[in-house]
Amino acid sequence: MSTTTVAHHDEHADHPTGIMRWLTTTNHKDIGTMYLTFSLIMFLVGGSMILGIRAELFQPGLQLMKPDFFNQLIGVHALIMIFAALMPAATGFANWMIPLQIGAPDMALPRLNNWGFWLLPPSAILLTLPFTLALFGIGDGALATGWTFYPPLSVQGGIGVDFAIFAVHLLGISSVLGSINIIVTLFNMRAPGMTLMKMPMFAWGWLITAFLLIATIPVLAGAVTMLLTDRHFGTHFFDAAGGGDPIMFQHLFWFFGHPEVYILLLPVWGFIPQILQTFSRKPMYGYKAQVYSLWAIGALAVVVWAHHFFTAGMPVPALLYFMYSTMAISLPLAVLFFCWIKTMWRGSMSFETPMLFTVGWIILFGIGGLTGLVLADVAADAQYHNSYFVVAHFHYTLFAGGIMGIMAGVYYWLPKMTGHMYNEKLGKLHFWLTAISFNLTFIPQFFLGLAGMPRRIPDYALQFAEFNMISTIAAFVLGLSQLLFVYNIVSTIKGGKKATDQVWEGAEGLEWTLSSPPPYHSFTEQPTVK
Amino acid sequence: MLKQTIKKIGLNISLALLFAFTSLQALADFSWNFPEPVTPMALDTLHVHNKFMIIVALIFVVVLGIMIYSIIKHRKSTGYQAVTDKAPSTSVEIFWTLIPFAILLLIDFVIMGIPAYHSVIMMEDTRNESDMVVKVTGSQWRWQYEYLGNTDKGSLSGLEDAKGIKFVSNLSTPQDQVDGTVKPVNDPKHPYLLDVDNRLVLPVGEKVRILMTATDVLHNWWVPQFGSSRVAVPGFIRETWVQVDKAGTYRGQCKELCGKGHGYMPVVVDALPKEEYNAWVVAKKEEISKASAGADKEWTKEDLMAEGKAVYEKNCAVCHQVTGAGLPPAFPALTGSKIATSPIFGADGKYLPDSHLDRVLNGIRVMPAWKGTLNDTEIAAVITYERNALGNSIGDIVQPSQVKAARQ
Repeated sequence: MSTTTVAHHDEHADHPTGIMRWLTTTNHKDIGTMYLTFSLIMFLVGGSMILGIRAELFQPGLQLMKPDFFNQLIGVHALIMIFAALMPAATGFANWMIPLQIGAPDMALPRLNNWGFWLLPPSAILLTLPFTLALFGIGDGALATGWTFYPPLSVQGGIGVDFAIFAVHLLGISSVLGSINIIVTLFNMRAPGMTLMKMPMFAWGWLITAFLLIATIPVLAGAVTMLLTDRHFGTHFFDAAGGGDPIMFQHLFWFFGHPEVYILLLPVWGFIPQILQTFSRKPMYGYKAQVYSLWAIGALAVVVWAHHFFTAGMPVPALLYFMYSTMAISLPLAVLFFCWIKTMWRGSMSFETPMLFTVGWIILFGIGGLTGLVLADVAADAQYHNSYFVVAHFHYTLFAGGIMGIMAGVYYWLPKMTGHMYNEKLGKLHFWLTAISFNLTFIPQFFLGLAGMPRRIPDYALQFAEFNMISTIAAFVLGLSQLLFVYNIVSTIKGGKKATDQVWEGAEGLEWTLSSPPPYHSFTEQPTVK
Repeated sequence: MLKQTIKKIGLNISLALLFAFTSLQALADFSWNFPEPVTPMALDTLHVHNKFMIIVALIFVVVLGIMIYSIIKHRKSTGYQAVTDKAPSTSVEIFWTLIPFAILLLIDFVIMGIPAYHSVIMMEDTRNESDMVVKVTGSQWRWQYEYLGNTDKGSLSGLEDAKGIKFVSNLSTPQDQVDGTVKPVNDPKHPYLLDVDNRLVLPVGEKVRILMTATDVLHNWWVPQFGSSRVAVPGFIRETWVQVDKAGTYRGQCKELCGKGHGYMPVVVDALPKEEYNAWVVAKKEEISKASAGADKEWTKEDLMAEGKAVYEKNCAVCHQVTGAGLPPAFPALTGSKIATSPIFGADGKYLPDSHLDRVLNGIRVMPAWKGTLNDTEIAAVITYERNALGNSIGDIVQPSQVKAARQ
């Protein structure tokens, strides 16, 4: 915090300049900006990796890369997109918006906040460094096991696996620190009068996310540490020859891995209703029902993990339990969908870019959710599992449901953050290009999966050629469209039409009572909520 | 000017795409749904899948329809004024709000839940009424099949007992196509990446219990038309079953990432009518007894080298490369390697630890143990080949009888 006692707090607040400002900052807005910038950069890095893969898959036959390198790209793509693009984006929004939304001057633990961010760049370097090392003949590249680290393949793997294990440890520490900070902030720093049941939905989404992170990240950390000792210190946790079991790793991994899906999505489910109410010009429907549904999903998230490996073999009662509990997730999720659509119903809607992304998000995430319901069926899952059907399914939940939601949030809050309106025409173009090319990329993959194409193969049989070609072309359009997004953000930061304080006609909430951009230190006097 | 350039580029791109698509026309074999099911399980899966897809499509269309109606009707640009929502208060309102919830409960746990339950029970019933047992072992990057014999039911029904038949099934697509030096050839008889040297042969209409395991990492034995897939876990036995009801050749692939050869370990199954299957079993058994007789005779160096080259290129070249240069650091070169150039047998005639024969028989780390996979002749031949080709010229040979002795 600033040590100055000057009465007016504005943009010329007392802080170091240049690189030292960013290295030492404890300001929630600065840290939020760093998270979001980091996320955007890593989104482009992870995206270029997958374009390399799609280029290889453009036609049957190996043209561009060896299978080993292909395997490295798929795993690192996933780790980067999940841990270095989606999660930091959500944390960036949390840093920027949670204090503004609850009327707090900053996050409760600012130094922890700074540390939480600065753990990220080293872990991103750890993830990608093995690629560079391999160029100099050190090691054989990054981890080639897919992001799931399944042993015994990961025990067999090269130094890339060790690098990834340490990267995951750092990312995990960063997430847990961030979560502690958010929980402490939300429980202690809400404006007077803001009871828990008056908290903005985004804060609710993040509160549950934070609990899920604290509950599951340690399990992941434990699992990858066991993997590390299996690799180097002669333990046999996952080796049958020493009394261990490779499938135990899958249980541990997915005990983290399934809640992780909701960790990525709950923050989005938090701000989507806020965007909806803004552009429908009427308050969100079913606030309480939504809060309870978020809790229900958070609770179900930690008890359904084994549906990720039905084909690994487990007793029939376990299969049935995990099938039915997975199906049960559709109930609270349906309540959320109902509330979102009911919020739009008989509103006075306008369709600026954030609203376009939100509506597109509801539709595409809906496809992800519904295919997920089908995937829960154990017998049919034997066919879907590890085929391209699953690849398409989780990109509908994580690209459409995650990234496109984040994009809606960016367009929604960017004017508040920068004080400038973004280019609406470019924003709309970006939406349509993204939505159309996304579907053209992944709809063919549903059919590929049904026809029997397994995922994670560098080359494929000839009957899969047509759909792969369409998918690749669309993926390149999708990738290149994101340059519009980057351009729009950069030019909005640099300048543009001044944004009003409220920015959007229907926007309500504490963050919209501040100036755009908000002063460096906001809410030095606590607002009161009725 | 700019417009013209854009048009020109657009035209070029569309021409290129058109060309790309027409060049693929010959391959056009894509499908929109599961391939034709040939087992009871696959048939059941297809029904369940179709039914569920229709249900979720209906949900999607209804919800999307409501939303699109709202988007068209309730927009500011048409002057629509927002209303204020009230929470449901009267019992009638609460009833209407709960109806979608009730419908979903019904869909989840009755309409979808009950057929799904029966499918699971059917899928997991691997033992009852089974006629024979086959063990499938996944290794990097090949499948090994071992017939464990008939059940009483199978023997009573006149099925020839295949117990003792055991072979390895390798990808047989030519290496130059696989590594990308030449374009994949479209040959329906030997489909690219989906063809093997030795196919698993199963009788039509008999329930085959399949035991699954692996020697190194996880694999997954999957034939889409069978509807069954199960992970092969090293050190554990997993089970599934198939009953192929239609004669034919069925192809699938490994479905669990298992390293760099993951895309290159196809599954090919020939389902034969019972008489043909019985004939195949008799012929195969004869072939095996001939091969084991071969292990006792004295082989010439030329014959060993010829056999060894074939074995090497099929099994070893994936990692150590056709030239013997390997892919260091993971896969060492054989050319000039210490193991391939130092003596095999000690003064007592027994093979030395860490000798060439030891390594091929027993493996180490990533190098698989071949003793369960290759027969005596193949091991003798491949070692002879590696020591006298690939840039090595030690001059010694290994006889199948020596390998046979080494196994004891």
